[in-house]
Amino acid sequence: MKKFLSIVFVLTFIPLLTFGQIGQDVVRKARGAKFALTNAKIYTVTNGVIENGTIVINNGIIEAVGANINIPSDAEVINYNGQEIYPGMIDSGTQLGLSEIGSIAEAKDFREFGNITPQMQALTAVNPNSVAIPVTRVSGVTTALTMPSGGLLPGTAATINLFGYTPDQMFAGSKGIVMNFPSSANRGWRRRSPEELKKAQEKALETLNDTWDKAELYAKIQNTPEARYYPEMEALAKVVNGELNLYIEVDAAKDILAAIDWVKDRGYEKVVFTGVSEGWRVADEIAKAGIPVITGPVQSIPTRQSDAYDSAYRNPGVMQKAGVKVAIRSNDTENSRNLPYHAGFAAAYGMGREEALKAITINAAEIMGVGDQIGSIEVGKKANLFIATGDPFETATQIVDVFIDGYQVPMTSRHIELYEEFLNRTPGLNKHKAITDGQ
Amino acid sequence: MKALNMKKSTLLIAFVLLVTSVVQAQVKKGDVLIKNATVITITNGTLENTDVLIRDGKIDKIGKSIKTPRGVEEVDATGKFVMPGILDAHSHIAGTSINEGTSQVTAEVTMEDVVNPMDVSIYRALAGGVTSIHLMHGSANVIGGQNETLKLRYGSTNPDDLRFEGAPRTIKFALGENPTRGGRARGIQPQSRMGVEAMLRNSFSEALVYKKKWDAYRKDKSSKKVAPEYNLRMETLVDILEGEILVHCHSYRADEIYMLLKVFSDFGIEKLTFQHANEAYKVAPELAEFGAGASVFADWWAYKLEVYYSTAYNAAILTKNGVNTSINSDSGELIRHLFHEAAKTQKYGQLSDNEALALITINPAKQLGIDHRVGSIEEGKDGDIAIFEGHPLSTYAIPVMTFVDGVKYFDRDNDVKDQRIYIDPESTIETVQIFDAHSQHRCMEDAEVVNFYDLFNNK
Repeated sequence: MKKFLSIVFVLTFIPLLTFGQIGQDVVRKARGAKFALTNAKIYTVTNGVIENGTIVINNGIIEAVGANINIPSDAEVINYNGQEIYPGMIDSGTQLGLSEIGSIAEAKDFREFGNITPQMQALTAVNPNSVAIPVTRVSGVTTALTMPSGGLLPGTAATINLFGYTPDQMFAGSKGIVMNFPSSANRGWRRRSPEELKKAQEKALETLNDTWDKAELYAKIQNTPEARYYPEMEALAKVVNGELNLYIEVDAAKDILAAIDWVKDRGYEKVVFTGVSEGWRVADEIAKAGIPVITGPVQSIPTRQSDAYDSAYRNPGVMQKAGVKVAIRSNDTENSRNLPYHAGFAAAYGMGREEALKAITINAAEIMGVGDQIGSIEVGKKANLFIATGDPFETATQIVDVFIDGYQVPMTSRHIELYEEFLNRTPGLNKHKAITDGQ
Repeated sequence: MKALNMKKSTLLIAFVLLVTSVVQAQVKKGDVLIKNATVITITNGTLENTDVLIRDGKIDKIGKSIKTPRGVEEVDATGKFVMPGILDAHSHIAGTSINEGTSQVTAEVTMEDVVNPMDVSIYRALAGGVTSIHLMHGSANVIGGQNETLKLRYGSTNPDDLRFEGAPRTIKFALGENPTRGGRARGIQPQSRMGVEAMLRNSFSEALVYKKKWDAYRKDKSSKKVAPEYNLRMETLVDILEGEILVHCHSYRADEIYMLLKVFSDFGIEKLTFQHANEAYKVAPELAEFGAGASVFADWWAYKLEVYYSTAYNAAILTKNGVNTSINSDSGELIRHLFHEAAKTQKYGQLSDNEALALITINPAKQLGIDHRVGSIEEGKDGDIAIFEGHPLSTYAIPVMTFVDGVKYFDRDNDVKDQRIYIDPESTIETVQIFDAHSQHRCMEDAEVVNFYDLFNNK
């Protein structure tokens, strides 16, 4: 069978390699097929580890997982020789697709004019051809929560799979409203006095409460003829009605406590805290409130000069041990690929490997409300997974294959292409000599 | 009687001043025996079950079962990894200001004057196994200020105590977007990469004229000779031409890197390291031929146009093409896990353990001209050592002890959380500061012509 397949491969692809190329470039495309991934150590995340396991992928869905699986005769078999398979990593806080080049306004689409713009759809502005997307997915990150930012209510975030040619092909089924909780902390190098901060915070809280009061009212009347067209309120009403997640970005300990009270007062059902840099200070309170957390970057400096040097590394573990459901994010765009290392640092500083792995797979999926579709290797879930030479938290580990929505995506990116072109550049130092040598 | 007392107290004060200045000039040196470790020497392989004896701040002996000399502290490092203290060839921690942006050439200023020994970032770097940093001037101008190489002797309030005594002088240059943006903002040259080259050639040509005048003056035997005007900026440029100052040049694109190689060839300047150098991989053969070094990020890219065509395989391509390469932080955050940054070259280019660790030890030591003192574990070198739980290239590695000159400055088991030396007596509430990934990038901080906050905070 394998022999037959390899003959088919030679017959079908060799002509493509010779004729289907532009100059010397071969365009590598994703492939969708019925796959059987065999002889692998499978980290299911939700059902333990399977040695010498097989995964059958059909129509983008995991059809079978286990040690003794009948391989369908029409499946393309890929033998991974003992390598490890993990569910695709989920970065629950990025601006992937929304930002191409950090310093250029024209290359950024994550912030719209205005302070309250919850109706702005991140998914609309996702550029499926962003260079950072292949760079990210070849590292095993298959899914990302991509978020608008700035102001009080910057817009609606969307969960996307990192493969597809339109935003809809990428959409992974979850959206949520982003809210920046009025902050008592300084951001970046900006220094404001405690008085300035307090004043700004009080004003922001007032605006926020007025807005949500209005949203609650709107939610009551939106299906009556009296309701006028009000897209901001339509968006917020979805939180009031419990349809959408509300992602509340909050970092300083006292702001977290204030946000817990705020959520309790408002009574909204689907609330997630994001950022949560000082969560370790108030971990028990967060756990008691039952609010899940998306935290990170873990590789981050302490929020206060007086804090222990490793407080950011320990933060996810402290919260998890207190009983908080924790997901880890990179809060990065072009380096979302470092997600496993953020998780790795959390693992080393108290969280442990198993919980840290959950924090970038199943926990992230469940927090976003798509835990039934992604985040683990289970029958019926989407085939988002990757194959690695070993522990993906270790930097020496190579990612050998990535499947997203059942497609085997090409293991290339601009970073890899540049490596291939420039490792042994042609010509090297001497152009003329290179030509005469026929290099 | 009163007059006598006065005299006595003046004398006493003078004596105290004398003694303290002598004491301050003499930094602390330590003795320690690190026992039974896996010793990663960098230059001489990795030695199992090996002891390292440090006497009076220097590595005295490396071997098996070394007898503990009387009065020397023993550290049991069984199961642990010992490596040379990590060196960061590009840092802005411990600097009270970064950019002198008032002119496109400010060779006369030096970071030596703005060292802040009380920056808590120093302790945090020590907690990541770092023992020395290259405190750099910013990148707002084509020829910036002189840098300062420091040892992280945290705890002293005297900036001089942190100086890496005997380290060669270095200076910051900058090409590309940062200096041209400054030119545009002020309506002066340079506003393009052409202007950057012109400014470099003009500066060195003027320095040659200056040198000629002084050479003629010194040769002149006449008693009526008049000295030319003294100019510290020109003096510094002459020192660069004469090879006394190592140049560390902020750069990104391959074309501008190649341009500087040509300018330096024309002026006979040899000691050159490119900083950041995200596109150095494109001209790796040219860099190797020139003998220039590159000090790069492991994976930073896309934060501005000139780093859009980057590859995380940069360090590996450079290494495999024979370019002396280091990995730096340029960040108060990354500096805390440079071992992890170096480890990324095993993902991107599969460098060997020794190649990867050389990127943060012996290679930057060479780029700073201090490789005879630090960067490897060899007898006779400084007792600058980091001890790790787990192999330093593992993501799970935890630095547990750091020594500078044999003195322990970090010990995870006895870590006191609040490491501030100076606490603002006027502040009642400590501010909470949230940093994004690129907030730690201080190259353009204080450059008056640009708003740093806007530049790196996605505004």
